[in-house]
Amino acid sequence: MAVCIAVIAKENYPLYIRSVPTQNELKFHYTVHTSLDVVEEKISAVGKAMADQRELYLGLLYPTEDYKVYGYVTNSKMFRKLHNSFTDVMCNPFYNPGDTIQSKAFDGMVSVMMVQAS
Amino acid sequence: MMSPTQWDLPPELCCRPMAFVALTGLDVTYNAIHRAIWDAFCANRRADRVPISFKVLPGDHEYPKCRTKRTSYEWYIPKGILKTGWMNKHLNLVPALVVLFYELDWDDPVWKEKQSECATKVEIVRTSLQGRNTKVAVVLIQKKTPLPPGEDLVASERAASLCNACDLSGKSLFVLPHTDHLVGYIIRLENAFYEHAQTYYYTEIRRVKSHKEFLNKTTHQLLFVRHQFKIAFFSELKQDTQNALKYYRTAYSLVHELRTHETNMLEIKTMAGFTNYKICRLCFQHNTPLDAIAQFRKHIDLCKKKIGSAELAFEHTAWMSKQFQSFGDLFDEAIKLGLTAIQTQNPGFYYQQAAYYAQERKQQAAHMCAHEVRYPTPDPLETLSGALDFYGQRAWRQGHQSIDPPDAEKEKVGIQALQVKEKDVPHSELIIALLSNAVAQFKKYKCPRMKSHLMVQMGEEYYHAKDYTKALKLLDYVMCDYRTERWWSLLTSILGTALRCSYLMAHVKDYITYSMELIGRASTLWEDQKSRIEKNLIKVLMNEVPEAEPDCDPASAKAAQALWSDRVSLAGSNRFTIELLNVGILLQCKARFLSPSFHLDDPVQLHLYLKADCPHPVRFSKLCVSLSNQVLYNQFCVVEESCKSQDILEPLSQENMCLVPGKTRKYSFKFVAKTEDVGKKIEITAVDLMLGTDNGRCVLLNWRGGGGDAASSHEAIQAARSFRSRGRVPEQHAQWDTVSIQASTMIISRVPKISVQLSHKPPALSNEMYCICVSIQSNEKTVAKDVKLTAGLKPGQDANLTQSTQVTLNGLEVCDESHPALLPDIAIGDLQPGEKVEKSLYVCCVTTGPRIFLFHVAYTMTTQAEGTDITCKCHKDETVTIETVVPFDVAMKFVSTKFEHLERVYVDVPFLLMTDILSASPWPLHLVSSQLLLAPTMVALDEPQSQVEHVVLQTGECASECFSLQCPPVLNGTSSVASGQYLISWKRCSSCADAPVVTTVVTLSHVMVETIPLYVHAELPSFGRVRESLPVRYHIQNRTGLVQDVEMSVEPSDAFMFSGLKQVRLRILPGAEHEMLYNFYPLMAGYQNLPLLNISLLRFPTVSGQLLRRFLPSRIFVKPQGRQAEDASIAAA
Repeated sequence: MAVCIAVIAKENYPLYIRSVPTQNELKFHYTVHTSLDVVEEKISAVGKAMADQRELYLGLLYPTEDYKVYGYVTNSKMFRKLHNSFTDVMCNPFYNPGDTIQSKAFDGMVSVMMVQAS
Repeated sequence: MMSPTQWDLPPELCCRPMAFVALTGLDVTYNAIHRAIWDAFCANRRADRVPISFKVLPGDHEYPKCRTKRTSYEWYIPKGILKTGWMNKHLNLVPALVVLFYELDWDDPVWKEKQSECATKVEIVRTSLQGRNTKVAVVLIQKKTPLPPGEDLVASERAASLCNACDLSGKSLFVLPHTDHLVGYIIRLENAFYEHAQTYYYTEIRRVKSHKEFLNKTTHQLLFVRHQFKIAFFSELKQDTQNALKYYRTAYSLVHELRTHETNMLEIKTMAGFTNYKICRLCFQHNTPLDAIAQFRKHIDLCKKKIGSAELAFEHTAWMSKQFQSFGDLFDEAIKLGLTAIQTQNPGFYYQQAAYYAQERKQQAAHMCAHEVRYPTPDPLETLSGALDFYGQRAWRQGHQSIDPPDAEKEKVGIQALQVKEKDVPHSELIIALLSNAVAQFKKYKCPRMKSHLMVQMGEEYYHAKDYTKALKLLDYVMCDYRTERWWSLLTSILGTALRCSYLMAHVKDYITYSMELIGRASTLWEDQKSRIEKNLIKVLMNEVPEAEPDCDPASAKAAQALWSDRVSLAGSNRFTIELLNVGILLQCKARFLSPSFHLDDPVQLHLYLKADCPHPVRFSKLCVSLSNQVLYNQFCVVEESCKSQDILEPLSQENMCLVPGKTRKYSFKFVAKTEDVGKKIEITAVDLMLGTDNGRCVLLNWRGGGGDAASSHEAIQAARSFRSRGRVPEQHAQWDTVSIQASTMIISRVPKISVQLSHKPPALSNEMYCICVSIQSNEKTVAKDVKLTAGLKPGQDANLTQSTQVTLNGLEVCDESHPALLPDIAIGDLQPGEKVEKSLYVCCVTTGPRIFLFHVAYTMTTQAEGTDITCKCHKDETVTIETVVPFDVAMKFVSTKFEHLERVYVDVPFLLMTDILSASPWPLHLVSSQLLLAPTMVALDEPQSQVEHVVLQTGECASECFSLQCPPVLNGTSSVASGQYLISWKRCSSCADAPVVTTVVTLSHVMVETIPLYVHAELPSFGRVRESLPVRYHIQNRTGLVQDVEMSVEPSDAFMFSGLKQVRLRILPGAEHEMLYNFYPLMAGYQNLPLLNISLLRFPTVSGQLLRRFLPSRIFVKPQGRQAEDASIAAA
């Protein structure tokens, strides 16, 4: 289960970020932000080598001692659910792409995916 | 004892083990030769030399005593895993080989005495090494160069005797001649030493291995580890790193098999750490970095939970931190030796983790060592020798291996002592050093965000260490990155720390800046916090002391209060200018020119929007916009309390200077641009807003350019895309997000009110004087002064066009190349309102194709804007593209007098030149005249007269002419000759009578001229009549210098009877002409073929009758018999 889920805009600012409330939120924000280094590097490498074979799955971005950070993963149901939910948000005619996500449905989906705070 | 570097790995562990060889008998201080020998051993120890560590020792040096060998392990209980002195002992104290240097030549006069002295010295060394396997070797330093082996009988004999006396094997006796090749001898010597050393370490390994059979698994667990470690270490000394790695790995797994309990946890971890270090180091050395990383991960996973005593938990984190740090160091070292690391696997991660554990250690230390306890006496950490016997043991119970501590009280005091010591550790320093190591690595491996994150941590650590200046420096540096990336939550957290720093230092300017940003919209603080910060900000602006920031250490806050009070009493330095480049603060500002360009006669309009994002209203005292180019304009763009300028559209009031939270306020400015600024850009360089007053503190906020911050440009794009921006909002309450910044505008010239019309008849014909009529009419309300027309080819086209285009105002004569392509500034004078002027422009285009012509009318006039007179320069451009085409195509051909096409003409034989002029012009052409200018190689048979004079050609019509010509003889038999030129004079039918006539010259093509040896021409009437005699005379000319034999015959024909020679052979003299007369008698009417005349030249078989026949008529018209004549004859009858 996830402890923190974030959707990041292509300009690298967070569209949506939520973490398990019991833990230090700021720390997760930093973790997500620093893992963007790897995303940026991977995307630019893909762009150079094989633009058409662009793989959505970025895999394990980087290992910290306590958590593993994954980029968009298609091979697990979890990320597919998130993607579908994100697609729903984008389909909302009242949503302006680039704005931060404020959707109850999306929130609900993320909550399901998160570690339940006991 | 416990030192600040207690957790550092011992240097003897970290070094590369090298065989230890002791050199004795060398006096390196007073003996130059000995010094030279020693230097040769020490100097230039590069990688290609054998790995030996040499040491000079006196001959009677006492080596460490060897303990008596244990015969049984039965009752032996080990006290620890590895003695602290062991590694050092084998690296630096117990040599693998002792070499005795002794000066002795083979022919020494007192050989016997010297030999026994040497033997004594060897004996002394041997005694000192009693019980060790250390080898002894002797090197004789000799003055003479030795003879080749076997030749010096004395030498071999004495060598054998010396070996015998010293109890040495022959392999251990060496001779070192002290000659020129010292270094070469030394290298050979040390290679021999190295072999001896390897044998020594081999026997040592065997020795340790031999202990194994005596051990049992219950009581000797520690020894299993110790022995494997020792074997591995000896293997390293032997330079057998593969086996060393193998034994270290065994040692490592054995360490983890040891029974662990609280009392031996530290010892186990210490040894595990040592062994792990060795394994990783060797893996990197073997270029298998993945093995090293895997080993390290395993090590961490195994040891992470082995915390040991809870009261000393900080020791565990300290140890963990060290593990990561030393692995990072190893990794980094391997990279320096050529290993490549990647973004996700580089030493930075290990340093970062080391820093993380160092932070944990600090927290634990703060938590566990908080109690005020004096350091216990007597010192429980004191030992008799001053050092521990075994690695990782407690000073107060060394060698104790059972589960429970022997003395609970001693244990308690010992822990207390360690806790007190921990208090003195400079934690922040350690953390910062590790973080800065990590920063350096992440910088190298393209992780800018990780780098920023670590710098934030460094900044926070400096803050905790109360080094606020350094903290601010670091935080300030990274803030900008978070701002541009728009991670507001992170930025807010950093700003919070920065605000505390500036508060604690009483840095007024920084305090104001950070407060403003924290109140602003980028901050993710709650409203109540913002409100608190704003209240503090207002206090600072009123020159009062702000409330302390929460979370500040109370003592520091108290000190800060005092600092602030000092600041208050300090007069002066109360004006602050804060530059806001991309920084979003409590106020937002956007400035925009209403249009990207303004005409000179329109006033420039500028709107400035301000919005407060803070929880409380803000009052400002002055607002001004600075513009580029002209300081002149700035006076129009000021809002000030005392100012009553009428240039500001809105009436001034106190209301105007107060910004209500969340409301957008608009200020409009208007001014007239100066004439000099036409074509220039006016930019908003800065917006300045003054907060506070001169009696309190005064803060000048300075936005570069047209305002905005890191987020606003993005927000403007978002707003533009949003469905909400459908303009339902009245202009006065313009939605903030939809306002986009327009920081510059162009001043452009006034729109001209003048019409320029062109009339002409395209296309232009090449070379003609093409007339374009320009009519200029003024629609201005005042006089258009100094009107000037620039007309001609538009500049910037193909350079060849400039060469082939001429423009003139005089249409009466044809242009030549001296005329320009563009006529600049043709003065027209002044134009009254409504007045119209016409000008004709003549253009001569030499080549065909399209051309763009420019008609530029410029003038000046005076107008009024905002009540002032301004002189405007106006201009209007008109362009037209004109195609140039050829007026007609001229075709020509040569034909014979029989109108047959000629490939070539013959000397002195008449032929015809036919010309066709085909009109290609869409307009009727008037051909004034034509003329044939013949080349000297051609003559006209009659005076050639133009046959097309005053002919008018419509489009597609053709005019033809025909000239009869002849070629005079040419030198060679055949040659190509020029024909001449054909001149056509023409003009457009539509052009006026005095328009110049254009003459087009067509160069006629060359033609081949051939000389023929024989020329035949016939003389005959123009027609015949049936049954009437038709006399035909053939003239045959010999055109050669030779007598010609000619054979001619006339073929019979159905249409004619004839009289004359049917077949004849003649002989014609050079240049002479022969005449043949035939009387033909036509039998049939109509066109009849004449009887064929066959001529053949015996000398020129190539000249065929066929060729000659071309000069002769082939047929004749025969009229039928006249009826009248018949009637007449009947009548006569």
